[in-house]
This record gives sequence, C-alpha cells and structure tokens, in this order.
Amino acid sequence: MFTDFDKKELFGLAFLIILGISTPFLFSGYRIQMAELFLFMVYASTWNIQGGKMGYNTFGNIVFFGVGMYVCAATQIAVAFPLEEWTAAGGFKTFVHTPKQYFSGIPLAILLAGIIPSIIALIIGSALLILRGHYFAIGTLGLGIAAGEFATSLEILGGGQGMTVPFWPKDVGGTPHSFLGGGVNFFFTLSFLLFLVVFFFLRWLYKTRFGLILTAIRDNEDKAESMGIPTMRYKVTGWVFSAFFMGIAGGIFGNINGYIEPTEVAFAGATVGVFMVLMTILGGKGTLWGPIIGAFIFQLFKEFFWTYFLGWQLVALGALIIGIIIFFPEGIMGMLRHKYPALFGEVVDEEARLAQVTINTND
Amino acid sequence: MIERFLIINFMILLQAPFLNLQALLDGLMIGAIFAFVAYGMALVWGVMNIINIVQGEFVILGGYITFTFYKMGLSPFIGIPFSFLILFCLGFFIYRTIIFRVVDKDMFISILATFGISIVVQQLMNIGFGSQVETATSGLGTSFLFNGNITFSHIKIFSFIVCLLGASAVIYFMKTSKLGRAIRATAQNARAARILGVDTEKVYCYTYAINAAICGLAGSLVAMTYTLHPYIGLPYTVRSFMIVIVAGLGNFPGVLLSGLGLGTIEEFSAYTLGQEYRIGFVFLMLVFILVYRSRKLAKKREYLK
Repeated sequence: MFTDFDKKELFGLAFLIILGISTPFLFSGYRIQMAELFLFMVYASTWNIQGGKMGYNTFGNIVFFGVGMYVCAATQIAVAFPLEEWTAAGGFKTFVHTPKQYFSGIPLAILLAGIIPSIIALIIGSALLILRGHYFAIGTLGLGIAAGEFATSLEILGGGQGMTVPFWPKDVGGTPHSFLGGGVNFFFTLSFLLFLVVFFFLRWLYKTRFGLILTAIRDNEDKAESMGIPTMRYKVTGWVFSAFFMGIAGGIFGNINGYIEPTEVAFAGATVGVFMVLMTILGGKGTLWGPIIGAFIFQLFKEFFWTYFLGWQLVALGALIIGIIIFFPEGIMGMLRHKYPALFGEVVDEEARLAQVTINTND
Repeated sequence: MIERFLIINFMILLQAPFLNLQALLDGLMIGAIFAFVAYGMALVWGVMNIINIVQGEFVILGGYITFTFYKMGLSPFIGIPFSFLILFCLGFFIYRTIIFRVVDKDMFISILATFGISIVVQQLMNIGFGSQVETATSGLGTSFLFNGNITFSHIKIFSFIVCLLGASAVIYFMKTSKLGRAIRATAQNARAARILGVDTEKVYCYTYAINAAICGLAGSLVAMTYTLHPYIGLPYTVRSFMIVIVAGLGNFPGVLLSGLGLGTIEEFSAYTLGQEYRIGFVFLMLVFILVYRSRKLAKKREYLK
C-alpha cells in the first residue's frame, strides 16, 4: 500500500498520523482544536475535488455539511426518543440516552449523515452543474443561504433556536474531564479516522481514470465532451463523493459542538463555507497535499485570532481572506512549485530555459 | 401545515383585489431600489469584469450613514448626499488598496477578494452600529386609497422617484460625459482603449467609486424606506446579480425592467409564503433563473458566459 509513496509524502503522512495518535496523550487540552483541524483537512480536501480538480468553484458544499449535521443528530435522537418532544423541550427537559441506545444510534446516524447529503448532491448536482464558472459559484452561494433559511423554518428540527445533540452517556469512560470522558476522545478519534479515509480515498481516486477525467473537465470541458466523455455524469459523481464525506464530517462536528443552530453552526456560509475555499487556496488548489497544508496553517491563524482578537476575530479573518487572495493566489504549493520545480518531479532543462531567456531579452 | 397556509394566503389574494394592488405597488417601489443597485453592479461587472460581492454591504453602510444623521436628531434627508459622497471616497480607497490587484485576475479570485471585503465591512458595521434592526423614520406622511384598503407611504414614492432619476442620470452620464465615454470604451475593449490613450486604471477607479456611490445613495433610501441590519447585505448583492443576469450584461434599460419585475415577484411571494421565507425565496429564485437560462442555452450547446 505504501510502495508508491515517495519520501516527502511518507514524512508528511507519518507526521499527521503521529500527531493524531499522540494528541489524546500529549495535548489532551487541545483535543477539540485538533479534531477541528482534522475536520478542516476533510472540508478542504473534499472542496478540492470541485474547486481544485474539476475547476468548479463551489460555495455550496456547506449545504451537505449542515444537512449531515442535522441528519446525524436527528437520527441519534430518534433511535431512542420522539424527535418532536426533544426539540420542543428546548433543553429544559432532559432526556438521557442509555449507553446502549447511544452507541447503537451512532453508526446508523453517521451512515445516514453520509448517505442523505449524497442523495441531495445527486439531485441538485444534476440541475446545478450545468452552470459554469462564476455563475456556478454564485448559484451555490445562494443555495447555502437558502438551505439555512429553510432550516430556520423547520420546527421539528428546532427552527431558528436550534437543537441540542445527545449527551455522551455519563457512565462511559468516567467523568467529563477525565481521559475518556465526555466523548471528546471518541469524536476526536472519529474525525482522525475520517481524515485518513478521505486522504487514502482521494489519493487513490486522483490516480484512476476518474481523476484524469476530472482534470480534463477543468482544463477544457468542451473538448473532454467531444472526446466522448459524459462529463455531466462525472461532475455529479464527484460532487456526490464530496457530499458523502462532508455530511459525515458535519455529523461529527455537530457532536463535538454539542449544539446545532441553522445559520451560525450548520449552514455557516460566511465562516466554514469560506474557510474550506480559503484553506485550499492557501495550500494550493488541485494538489493532494495543498488542502492539508492549508488547513494546518489556517487552523493556527484561526486559533490565534479567536484567542487574541476576540470580538474582532471575523474582521481579522476577512482581512486574512483578502491577504491570502491577493498575495497567495496560487497557494503555498504553487509557490514552492515555481521556486523548486525539481521537488515536484518536473524536469527543468536549464540550457533550454536560458536559451528562452536570451531570446526574450533580445527582442 | 405549510401547504395550508399557502393555500389560505393565496385564496386571500384572489378574493381581495386590493391586496394584489398593494403587493404590486410595494413590489414596484422596492424593485426600483434593487434596479438602481443593479446598475452599479452591471457597471462594475461590464467594465472591470468583477462581480462585486461588497455591493450589499455598501448599500447597508450608506444606510447607516444616513441613519447616523437621523440619530443625531437631524432629518435623514440631510444624510443622502453624505452617504453618496462618503461611499464614493470609500470606493475610491478600496479600489486603490485592494481591487486594482485583482482586476486582471481570474474572476473567482475577485469574487473571493470582494467576499473578504464584505466580511470586514459587515463585521465593522456590526461593531460600530450594533446588531439591532434600525430604521430612519423620514417624517413624511402616508396616503390611504380606496377607503384605507391600500396604504403607501410618501417616502416610498420619494425613493422610487429618486431611483428612477438616479438611473437616468447614470445613463445620461455614460452617454454624454468624457469619463462616461472612456468607461464605455474600456468596457468594449480595454486594450484598444489603452492604445488610444484612455487611462484605464483611472477609468476602473472611477467606475468602482461611482458604483459605491450609487450603492450609498440606494442605501440611504433603504434606511428611510425599509430596515437596516449589518447582516442583510448579501441579499442585496444576490438580488442585483440576479437582475443583471435576467437583463443580460450591458442592457441598461433591461436592468430597470427586470429590477421592477423581480421586486414585484418577490413582494407577491412574501405575501403568499410569508415574510420569513422572503430571503430564502430570493436565493432559490436565483438558482432557478440560473438553471433555467443555462438549460435553454445548453440546447444550443452553449453556456452562460
């Protein structure tokens, strides 16, 4: 399995795996931030399927995130209690899941959190992926906000007030602040595993014919179509993959957050919806490692802003967006590629390059 | 539940013709403001090839400037020229610091950059003006027609007229002034304009500033006619984007018509579906219009450009 990895990739992967395994032991105070970091890598990597590989810049992946979050929480609740009573109680009446109810609900909930967004992606993808370029970007931006407004009016899911997610069962793993308690470790491990699954899946996917076709669509869709590739089918399938993983990530994030609200948490187009775009661009669009590097750096920035600029954090964030877009439009990977092409396996013929330079300067 | 409300609301509309007229009037009044904002967007889009996501935030900021005058105890009408001028300067400043770096880049880059600016402006407004819903009451009266079945406030008529005048002023300016001619030349072919001695950098700068000023003027009308809140900027952006798509880029009279039409549709939907679905409806309508136009083009193997 690891035979086709080169040294740099192995090094990066080993670093991430060691980070993932050691976090509960070494940095147990930062487990939530670390879980968020791995989830960020998932958001950025799945956004990269559209934005980077396929050339369809979407703001709509947040829809799948939010739907996954709601589906996951609702399923977790519904396996044990009627959903209406739970949301109507608004947190004033406490329902307690027994460990058995809780753990039988979670696998089903996470599975559904992946499947239902995939179905939604299939439906809206076949309608929307006909758009191209910036029309697609703005159309999907509208989609995310419409979904948030719609969720606000769904009373069964708590409406605008939102809903709570089932608490981690008390007796499992000791008190909330202990090593296993509170479910933090559990959900941290889930997000770490999800990241690994997404990473290996995408690594495999980009090497198949499917990955090549995605790149062909980005480079010239009309030409790809005239070569006999049913591009629409591939675009929709790509979006379904993204939706599946985004939905699961949303489900996990809902459990970590403990509370779901339509516009600020679930369909947060202005925060998470832009973060994933930004992380990918910061790292480098269209590469496997770009989104991961971008997510890593971005999480550092974000935690810094949220700690030292509280109240002004979103202003700082907007300024960061502008800075990244203006100064790193090609991302860190793109910059490295320009400076050290040999690192990326590109052969540079120095003589030919110099000859080119002389021709250009002679003009 | 929802279907029943829908049907009841719809029946009321059918049985009470006055309500239809009221919705139509309100729709036209609000549509004029949308169309005016859309003029600015069409200008920037056509000339600089940038979709300006800050549009809505400019509108709300202009509104808050007028609102500040109102809060100081002055008539909000004094605020109108100030909104116009301050936003003009702000547009100038934003172009000189940020936008000029993204003019020739890929369109998604400029969308993201203006999105970043919109987050900054929105959050600064949230910090500066607070997050409660505000209105600058104009003090003009309200008329009743048909035994009070139809009400319309004079400020709405005022804003309607100002928008129409503003829109015609923009067209007149484009047609006759020297700068307007330079702007039109740059929109047609920036490179050729540069060769013929047009300072395109200056043209871009003024185009962006004029757009911001248009938004500021529209915003001061919004402050007096409707409500202000730091976070309702994006719907204005989406509406103006939608209006420009429906009209087609470069079709200035069409912008006015599609603005009035979309305003009316939105108002009717707000009557039948309920006000809480208004924003959601606007966004869904955007998706619908985009997909509809693309499907029509796809039959000819073309796509929206």
